[in-house]
Formats: sequence, structure tokens, C-alpha cells
Amino acid sequence: MSTPISVGLFVTCLVDMFRPSVGFAAVKLLEDAGCEVHVPVSQTCCGQPAWNSGDRADTREIAIEVIKAFEEFDYIVAPSGSCGGMLAKHYPELFQGDPVWHERAETFSGKVHELISFLTDVMKVERVSSKVDASATYHDSCAGLRELGINAQPRKLLASVEGLSLKEMKNSNVCCGFGGTFAVKYGDISNAIVTEKTANIEAADADMLLAGDMGCLLNMAGKLRREGKRTEVRHVAEVLAGMTDTPPIGGKRE
Amino acid sequence: MSREFILERIKSRQKVDGDDSDRRRAVEKRIAEHAPGILPAVPGTRVKRLKQFIDKAEAAQASVSRVSEQSMGKALVEWLRDHNLPAEVRMSPDKRLDGLRKQAEKKLTIKPAPGDGSDIVGVSHAECGIVETGTLALTSGPDNPTTLNFLPENHVVVLREKDVVDHYEDIWPRLRKRFGERKMPRTLNLVTGPSRSADIEQTLILGAHGPVRLHILLVRD
Amino acid sequence: MQITSPGFKRNATRALGDEQLQKALGHVRSNFIDKRAAAAAALPEFEALRDNAKAIKDHVLENLDIYLETFEERVTAQGGNVHWAATASEARGHILDICRKAGARSVTKGKSMITEEIGLNSFLEKSDITPIETDLGEYIIQLRGEHPSHIIAPAVHLNMDQVRDDFKKAHTHLDANRAMDEPEILLKEARGVLRDRFLNADVGITGANFLVAETGSSIIVTNEGNGDLTQSLPKVHIVVASIEKIVPTLEDMSQIMRVLARSATGQEMSVYTTLSSGPRRPEDPDGPEQYHVVLLDNGRSEMIGTEFQDMLRCIRCGACMNHCPVYHAVGGHAYGWVYPGPMGSVLTPKFIGVDKAGHLPNASTFCGRCEEVCPMRIPLPKMMRHWREQEFEKHLSPPAQRRNLKLWAWVAKRPTLYRLATRIAARGMSVLGGRRHRLGWLPVASAWTKHRDMPTPEGGTFMAQWKGKR
Repeated sequence: MSTPISVGLFVTCLVDMFRPSVGFAAVKLLEDAGCEVHVPVSQTCCGQPAWNSGDRADTREIAIEVIKAFEEFDYIVAPSGSCGGMLAKHYPELFQGDPVWHERAETFSGKVHELISFLTDVMKVERVSSKVDASATYHDSCAGLRELGINAQPRKLLASVEGLSLKEMKNSNVCCGFGGTFAVKYGDISNAIVTEKTANIEAADADMLLAGDMGCLLNMAGKLRREGKRTEVRHVAEVLAGMTDTPPIGGKRE
Repeated sequence: MSREFILERIKSRQKVDGDDSDRRRAVEKRIAEHAPGILPAVPGTRVKRLKQFIDKAEAAQASVSRVSEQSMGKALVEWLRDHNLPAEVRMSPDKRLDGLRKQAEKKLTIKPAPGDGSDIVGVSHAECGIVETGTLALTSGPDNPTTLNFLPENHVVVLREKDVVDHYEDIWPRLRKRFGERKMPRTLNLVTGPSRSADIEQTLILGAHGPVRLHILLVRD
Repeated sequence: MQITSPGFKRNATRALGDEQLQKALGHVRSNFIDKRAAAAAALPEFEALRDNAKAIKDHVLENLDIYLETFEERVTAQGGNVHWAATASEARGHILDICRKAGARSVTKGKSMITEEIGLNSFLEKSDITPIETDLGEYIIQLRGEHPSHIIAPAVHLNMDQVRDDFKKAHTHLDANRAMDEPEILLKEARGVLRDRFLNADVGITGANFLVAETGSSIIVTNEGNGDLTQSLPKVHIVVASIEKIVPTLEDMSQIMRVLARSATGQEMSVYTTLSSGPRRPEDPDGPEQYHVVLLDNGRSEMIGTEFQDMLRCIRCGACMNHCPVYHAVGGHAYGWVYPGPMGSVLTPKFIGVDKAGHLPNASTFCGRCEEVCPMRIPLPKMMRHWREQEFEKHLSPPAQRRNLKLWAWVAKRPTLYRLATRIAARGMSVLGGRRHRLGWLPVASAWTKHRDMPTPEGGTFMAQWKGKR
């Protein structure tokens, strides 16, 4: 057999800190798909907070470290459309005009994928072998949807989860109001947007809310719990990997 | 002064060198060629294209009667009656309306355009109809005064089947032929349905400042 | 108009608490979006047309100087006049001159954002010339002394009962007890009032959706027909247009026309697309005797060759604001100047300064829906980010925010330290969250916990656990 495909797992800072389960779910899904998973220890963050705050210099320095740590792998995979989009779409932009790093960034970015779309589009995974008895509604996180075209892929794999039924919510493709530091800098507006989102989530009448980005999940979970709504929140990878024994994000309704 | 200032600033920002003869030639060429771009598909047969014209016009809340050269007058009189409108119209002097004038003059009072804004019904002749969106093209001039397209509450437009073209891009060669390259009539109106507004609570209401009704008499070849 | 962009946050909070406004914004949240989606889906060539529309404008911007000269030459050849204005005040001066020469007392106006940009109405009023807005939405907000809250639906922030009250107050010549409970009735009333104004106006002022270099034509796209009455009844027609409105040929205009209405209102074609070329001809029975085009730069030429050049492709369809969650939440007035929504967040800093308009490019989640629907494929989030970069470079962002960012970046560049910091934070928050797995209040994140709980970390970081397992 040929050498297995090597995948560098870009854990993302939010998964690392808030939800290690998602990291382990990603590892399981990747290994099930036949990948050899590596987790470079020098990784921290993709640099998006600096990038979106207009701090190009710091972003570039962070990006250089990320590229150095990951460029040896066949693929770089992140359980996040937002970080995936940053690595795949914005890194080359960051080094525009730099004769050395632009090309290096281009090569690196060409190998970056978001987890779920990597499984379906690159590894040609048709189904997963997990079982979860519940109904779920899926929120399309913005960066994944619009920068990386992730829409059908998670739904396709979710459809193969035994016992799971998918209930679409209204406006699943509309922003949840997170937007990184936006949620804090413009808290009132963010609140108005997420309030509309949680109303749509509740109307979908599903047991679980799933999405592919921890930022959005923390935001929606935080609001759902504050509003005392029943929907439990998980990263889509947890369900696909059948790892739903852990308490949901933000816990359960009391 | 400002003219030179603006043009110079554009030039300096474009980072082009002093000699712009190549760019000038390219611009001249593009204008002279006026190549059409992407043209949306239209049905394959003439019959179906005419049907699409009618469907699209009706979807834009216009109404369409298919008439013959001889039945135009009758159709106009009936339409006025059906809508409880007075037997009086303001009509463009366009020669292509002579037949209609003759056919209708016994039953209607026909006043010459342009009007003063008090007319209930105006009658014009269109330059073309466009299959793509059910749009009418009307040119200004002594034959068809522009204000008649807007002032009366009811606008009746006569359109010949032979003047029904597929795309907006089919209008321009006709105008170039009629008025000359790079020349236009004072006004060209592309009209798709009667006037409307949705400015109050996004509720669509017909008849804002222009006509409440747009009726097309589509004359068979 | 008064600039309130620096108070964006205050404006936004007020807007969020304004029940009338929130009710009115409900129409934006669904109507425009569904209609655009249907119109786009019904035209198989739509995406290709967007590409072509973008290519046309890019070509124009590369040769804008030559196209402007060509346009001017054609307008003049057909008996019209072109007036160049580098600034808003110059444009106002040209317009006033033309009006004065025509002895104008009353001026009817078609809907035009450019005249909002140059503050024309208040200027004319000060010069004893009465400007009359004739687009229904514009007429309503003029009665209220307001400015448009949306670039194609200026009164979208209002409900019918508000319009009814305004009409009652303004139209005192009508029976005070008349029925006024249907939008149809209100529209008819405005039509009646404005009809006289149209017929008696001395000058008509319109904007332009396009200027065609080939023929020297200006184009307006409307639904009500007010723009046409504005420009065909008075003796003088003034077109006020910004320099980037140029397209090379009638064919090019046709291409962009196809994406304009579909993106704006979801119509396949607006009701009236009108091409005006010069004044009435000697044999014409109607139309204006004078035709003037005021070409406004107002800083646009400075955008050429910069990271903001793409913004000059904008055709003012309003799709970006129709699809913007922030616009949906706060409406257009909160943005504090003429142009709201994502396009306004890019343009406003250019016009009034990023020091005043700094909030606007920051008040975006970068959800990217604006770019997704922009018919001209303008990378709006990218340009908002460019403004953030300028703010950062000029030290305009709040000092505390800068400090936090710098500290975070410093740690993020030191993996060992970062590991330690995240382990402590994760453990600490996890303990605080306990078995509820969330916090209702967190001092360092009070802006977050004001509105929502803070889900707490599971415990150890992934990296620490991974090291233990492998």
C-alpha cells in the first residue's frame, strides 16, 4: 500500500481551549477515513483576531509560524470554516507582493481544507458509522458557507448518521451575529442578530443545534441557555464521530 | 479648471504614462464595435417568443390584446368600455396610428398629442417590444411625445409583431440606423408594465406618478 | 446633513429599541431577499452577467479619463452642457447657477443619492429655491425633514400610520376627515398633490444610473414615473451624476441593466428605464429646452489605483444592505450619513473621514452575504478590513482594544507561553462554570454576558490532552 495521507490538524484556538472533544472527534473522523493525523505542538491561532482588527503585521508573523509548522503535510485540516477560510483564502492575500512568502503561502493554502468538506470532497467519504438518536438542525456558518462553499457536505454526512433526523431551520444561511470581536464590540447589535437566530432554531423544533464553527456555537449556545431554550448545542464533528457522551456546549437546560 | 483637475487626477492614479494613444484607440474601437455581451436565451420559435413577450408583459401587470390591422379600433373602443373609461383619447400623431384613428374616430373623440396633463387615456406607438422582459421601447419626437407616456392614467401602446425583438441589444442597431451612429432621440423610454410604488410598507401599488394601466395592442403582421 | 456616524453605537442602541423602526425593518428582512433570489434563479445567465458587468466597469475605470471626455463630447454634440465638479460645493454652485439663469423658483427632483451626498436640498432652500422630492418615499421623508434610510427605498424605516399622520399634517387643503387607511389612498393623494408641482416646476433634477459614453446619454431607472415627469416637463433638466457612472456603449449598459433591477427589487426590469440625450430637438413637441449634466468627482478619482477602486463599480442597487444582518437590526439612519449598509461602511469613511466613520467598517460580522449578492462582485468585507487597517495604522482604534490585541498577539507568537496561558484559562473557567458548563456573568467578558451566557471550557486544553494520549 502507498504511504498514508498525512494530515496536519489545525486544532483552532477555540476548540483547543473550549471544546477538546471536537479535536478528538476530528482525529477519529480523519483516521477512520484513512489519514495519518499529526498535531504540531507549536500551533496557536490562525491570526484572525489580528487580521480582522486591521493588524496586518502581527497577522503576518503569526501566519509565518503556522505555515512553517504545517507545510510539510499533504493536507492541513481545521474543524472550522472560519479558520479554514483564513488559512485557505486570506493567507496568500497577506503576503501579496512578498516574493518568497507569497508563493509559500499559496502552496500552503492550496492544501488547507475544512474538516467536513475535506472528508467528503477529498477523502470521498460517503457515510459515517455513528449512531445518534436525536433530531438536529444545522446552522451554516458564514465563512465556511461563503468562503469555502460548505453547504451540502455536512448535510450529506449527517444524513448517514443512524437514528439522526435533520430538521432545517429558516434562514440557516444567515449570520448568527458572532463575528469574532464584533460580538463584544457591538454587543447590542450582535444580540439582536442572535436573538433572531435562536428564534429560528427553536422554531425548527430539533433536539440539537449543529454547526461547524466553535465561535458561532459558543454564541448561539450562550444565547439559547440564557433564553432557557431546550436545544442542545454541539459541533457537527461530534455527532459525525458518534462522540455525544460529553455534556453539550454550554451544558443543558436546567 | 475642475475638468482638468479631475482628468489629471484620474490619469495620475491610473499610473499610465503620458502617451495614451493606445488607450484612446482601444476606447474608440470598443465604442465603434459596440459588441453585444451575454444574451439570455429566448424560445426557439417566433410563436413562442411572441408568447413570452405577452407573458412577461402580463407578469409586469400590463395587459395585451392581439389584434389585426383592421380590428385595432374595435379593440381600443372595447378596452375603454370594459374599463369604464370615457370615449376620449389623446393620440400621438404617428402615421402608423392612422389606421387606428380612422377605425376609431366614429366612436371616440381623438385629440392630438401632446396633452396638458388632464387626459385620462393616451395612445402611442412603440418602436419595439422586447421578448426578454415584455418591455416596450418608445422614442420621443413629433410622432410620439414623451409626456404622453406618463401623464394620462391609462396608456395604450400599439406595437407591431414585426417590431418585437428578442433583447435590448436589438434596439440599439435599429436606433443607430434611424438616427445615426452615436446619436439618439432626446428620450428613449423602456417601459415594462404600468407605474408603481412600494414605498409604503413595501406594499406594491400600481399607478404611482405614471399610468395606472398599460395596455398593449399587439398587431399581427 | 448632520453627521452622526461617530455616535453609531448610540444610534444603533436607540434603533434597536425603536418599535416602529423594528416593525418597518421586518419588511426588509424578507421581501427584498426572497424576490432577489427568485429573480436570480429565473435567469440562467445571471452569474455570467455579473462577471461581465464587473468586467465592463473594470475596463471603464482603467480608462475613465478617456470615457469622460468622450461622454462630454457627445453631450455637447447633441446640444447639452457638461459641468465638472471636483467637490460637492462646486456641484451645488453649478446647479444654483443654472437655476438662477432659468429664473427658477421651484425645482422637482427625481430620486438621487448624489444630491443627498452634496446636500442639495438644504442648499437650494437657503437660496430661495424650493426643491420638491417627487419619488413617493423621498416625498414622505422630505415632509418629515428626514434623510433616506435606504438607497432605493428611502422611507423603508416608516410604517403606514406614520405616513398617514405626515400627510394629514402637510395636506391641509384636503378634507381632514378623509379616509386614509390604505396605502393606495395615500399614494393617490401624493400623486394628486405632486401632479401640480410637476406641471409648475421650473427645473427638474435627476440623478443617473448610467452615463453612456457612446451616445452621451444619461439613464434613470425608476418604477413610479416621477423621474420622467421631472425631466420632461420643466424647461430645464439637470442630471447630477458621479464620474463612475460611465459605461462605454448601449450594449454595455444593457448588460448591467440585467443585474440591476434583479439585485435591487427582484424585478426583471424596473418599470421605466429612460435614456436622455441632450435637450428637446427643434421638431420635438415636448421635453426640456436645456439639458445639463453635472459630473461630480468628490474624491472618487482618489480611489482609483487604491485598494478601494473596486467600490467604484457600485451601481447602487441596495442588495448589500438588503442582505446585511447589521442593517436589518439597526436600519439605515444609524449609520449616520448618506450611505448606509455595507456599501456605506466602505464609502462613508472615504467621504467624511475614517476618524468620524470608523465604527462603520468595524460594525460588521464579515458574514460575507453582501459580497455574495453584490451584482458587481465588490469585495465589501475586504474593503471594510482595509479601513480597519488604516485605523490601526493611524492609531484610531480605541487604546484598550489595541493593547489587548497586541498582548494577545504577543502571546500567540510564543507557543509555550500560549499553551500555559490557555491551560490556566481553560481550567479556571471550567471550574467556575462547574456542572452548569456556563457562566451567566464573567467580568472580563461583560459585553458578552450582558446578553448571553458564556459556555465554559470542558477542562484541559486539547493540546495538553493530546500530549497525554499520544
